[in-house]
Amino acid sequence: MQEADVVKPKKNIGAGRQCTICNQRRAALKRPKTLEQICRECFYVVFEEEIHRVIVDNQLFKPGERIAIGASGGKDSTVLAYVLSELNRRHNYELDLFLLSVDEGITGYRDDSLETVKRNEIQYGLPLKVVSYKELYGWTMDEIVKMIGLKNNCTFCGVFRRQALDRGAALLKVDKLATGHNADDIAETVLLNILRGDIARLSRCTSITTGEDGPIPRCKPFKYTYEKEIVMYAYFKRLDYFSTECIYSPNAYRGFAREFIKDLERIRPSAILDIIKSGEDFRISTSTKMPEQGTCERCGYISSQKWCKACILLEGLNRGLPKLGIGRSRGITTDRSNDMKQSNGIKNIQSKQCGTLDF
Amino acid sequence: MQLTLEFGGGLELLCNSVKIHNVDVDLQSQAGEKLTMKDLLAWVHTNLIKERPEMFMKGDTVRPGVLVLVNDCDWELSGQLDTTLGEKDSVVFISTLHGG
Repeated sequence: MQEADVVKPKKNIGAGRQCTICNQRRAALKRPKTLEQICRECFYVVFEEEIHRVIVDNQLFKPGERIAIGASGGKDSTVLAYVLSELNRRHNYELDLFLLSVDEGITGYRDDSLETVKRNEIQYGLPLKVVSYKELYGWTMDEIVKMIGLKNNCTFCGVFRRQALDRGAALLKVDKLATGHNADDIAETVLLNILRGDIARLSRCTSITTGEDGPIPRCKPFKYTYEKEIVMYAYFKRLDYFSTECIYSPNAYRGFAREFIKDLERIRPSAILDIIKSGEDFRISTSTKMPEQGTCERCGYISSQKWCKACILLEGLNRGLPKLGIGRSRGITTDRSNDMKQSNGIKNIQSKQCGTLDF
Repeated sequence: MQLTLEFGGGLELLCNSVKIHNVDVDLQSQAGEKLTMKDLLAWVHTNLIKERPEMFMKGDTVRPGVLVLVNDCDWELSGQLDTTLGEKDSVVFISTLHGG
């Protein structure tokens, strides 16, 4: 190769292109949402301000509220914690923010990612609460896997995590739980719910706020935020996040949907927001039987059955019948176990760890 | 050609958990042609990826969901596979596919 030029941004057709917003600095990325080519500084501004608009337009928070951020140590929740604490200061939301993490008891995975969350606690000055499966249910995931093997373990983990977050939020006495689900996650979940015929979940998975009738509503400030931009933001800002897959077998079925979404995005980036729009616009026929929401007779948690899923699974574990609550279930309400049935025998390694996505 | 390659977002696990690789890519480019990202990807696939290459590549390009930055600039701005590389350039690969 020839002598390197003195100036770094040389060659590369377009690498010297100007930012279409400020017209001054060199563009650093192409936004999937708008296809604009923008520089780092303008990217920070539009990225943060779009999230601010989403928060304001959808009235996600009220002044004085206590908000828990579901924090796994991964990219989405790390960026969410960073951006929310920034916006809270900049726009005077007057929120009390907390980090809430779940320790599933997975050696070599969660213990490491919790270290990341503990660093975030210091870096962002947000108090952290960790709730563990061991203290809530008496079992760690390591112990559960030892008993049931690597089949259906993600069902246990997903069901337990959802409740653990609610219980942690109750302990923190927060008004709401904010999660890092991004636009790609939501598009993926719309597809999954169609593939599973899960009408109840399809109709609520695109809601930016859910559970408003329950004890702790949840909201998704990143509903319209592309995963690409979250990762770029974390990279440019050098945010400290953890990115290892769970050691206990990822969710292959979700992985296929995920890969499909990424393939679509490459051809037409707007596909992600379009799928979310389609999900929002579904009209569920009035003759469709929807599950009735009640409470678990055993623990009082919301449930459409006599016992909630976590209690059924726990009963199985404690009685040495781990198959209890796994597999074909009554009606459309049953959950995440469905996807696990498909996943056996396929050695697939893509995708986020299963269970990260509670909808 | 001296290049700095960085793997992040979990991709480092495919190359012995090493994130930053200072490499000397000795590819003979044909008849004065510049080294492109396409050439580099093939080289990385052969020389750095130790396991599960399907997590990194799909066909002759990176797998959808893997972000690429050349000198800290999104490669979608520089022609992706046709992006040309020069001495001391840095290339970053980040997977968006793991972890939430």
